[in-house]
Amino acid sequence: MGFLDLFRSSKPKSASLAKERLQVIVTRERAHRSGPDYLPKLHQDILAVIRKYVQVGDDAVQMNLEREGNREILELNIVLPEKG
Amino acid sequence: MARVVVITSGKGGVGKTTTSAALATGLALQGHKTAVIDFDVGLRNLDLIMGCERRVVYDFVNVINGDANLRQALIKDKRADNLFILPASQTRDKDALTTEGVEKVLTELAEEFEYIVCDSPAGIERGALMAAYFADEAIVVTNPEVSSVRDSDRMLGILASKTRKAEQGEGAIPARLLLTRYSPTRVDKGEMLSVEDVQEILSIDLLGVIPESQAVLNASNSGVPVVHEDGSEAGQAYLDAVARFLGEDRPHRFLVNEKKGFFGRLFGG
Ligand SMILES: Nc1ncnc2c1ncn2[C@@H]1O[C@H](COP(=O)(O)OP(=O)(O)OP(=O)(O)O)[C@@H](O)[C@H]1O
Ligand SMILES: [Mg+2]
Repeated sequence: MGFLDLFRSSKPKSASLAKERLQVIVTRERAHRSGPDYLPKLHQDILAVIRKYVQVGDDAVQMNLEREGNREILELNIVLPEKG
Repeated sequence: MARVVVITSGKGGVGKTTTSAALATGLALQGHKTAVIDFDVGLRNLDLIMGCERRVVYDFVNVINGDANLRQALIKDKRADNLFILPASQTRDKDALTTEGVEKVLTELAEEFEYIVCDSPAGIERGALMAAYFADEAIVVTNPEVSSVRDSDRMLGILASKTRKAEQGEGAIPARLLLTRYSPTRVDKGEMLSVEDVQEILSIDLLGVIPESQAVLNASNSGVPVVHEDGSEAGQAYLDAVARFLGEDRPHRFLVNEKKGFFGRLFGG
């Protein structure tokens, strides 16, 4: 650490940002892996249905599989484009 | 019974081949008869790192196809007595590595060798899957950097489901983390993920931490695996990792920056 850095150390360090982002993405990808095999296909199909009505990007449909006890809850989050 | 170890990562260029050469050499120097196989079909490189590129006559795919037998294809290392190298072929045919072919070669090697080290190609395609398929255990080589850590986690998912042992219901093969190109100075400055960070994210056992070191480049330039440079930090860190691999309990070294300046020592903690 340089001498001057001592006086401006309030900015968050890039390594902690990296760690936070990794924890989020890794958690999500693990949930995806442990979910049923048909999830990616289901995701594609839902996207295709929405695209019959509006044009959206690949990330417009977020799917999240959660476990509660022995129940699995599939959470769907669909973001529609803003009206132009 | 031979132990098959895969050196894998997902991401390219993180140090798999460097590690395969170091581990295989280290095991051989400890008296264990070891074979190291280059699974990187089309991009043969292990021969260069081992310094035997001019002695390659036959390769892995030749043996699989029956154009040569194993004895003709294995190259005896010049420096370590118990060490043999099976080079990759330069063919562009990515399907050259068949499951049956790889199994045949590994079974034959297992009759003669104690350790079989498989240097995986990058990616999660056929070559990488083949390198991992018959493994008894894995070493996941990771750099302290976001894309490498993420790819390592994906690779852990593959190791848990796509090996023969997993398919036979024996679950995930044991996998340990080897963190390479580590720079304590940059970790201190908050610019690089720390070994604790990476371990926390991947939650697997730590086999070793290899510092970023000029010695690795020198070693590859001269075709001498870095464990022969036992005066270098990287060479020593690899030798420690080999000892741990063989069950010895050694403390991790080179995790803190020794060369701190005056202010660093005063305020750096
Ligand atoms: N500890 C280290 N310090 C400095 N440089 C390193 C270290 N480890 C590896 N390197 C360098 O990183 C580069 C890639 O190493 P290597 O070929 O072993 O990676 P790889 O994972 O096998 O790559 P690929 O995915 O292409 O097969 C090389 O130039 C090597 O010298
Ligand atoms: Mg390589």
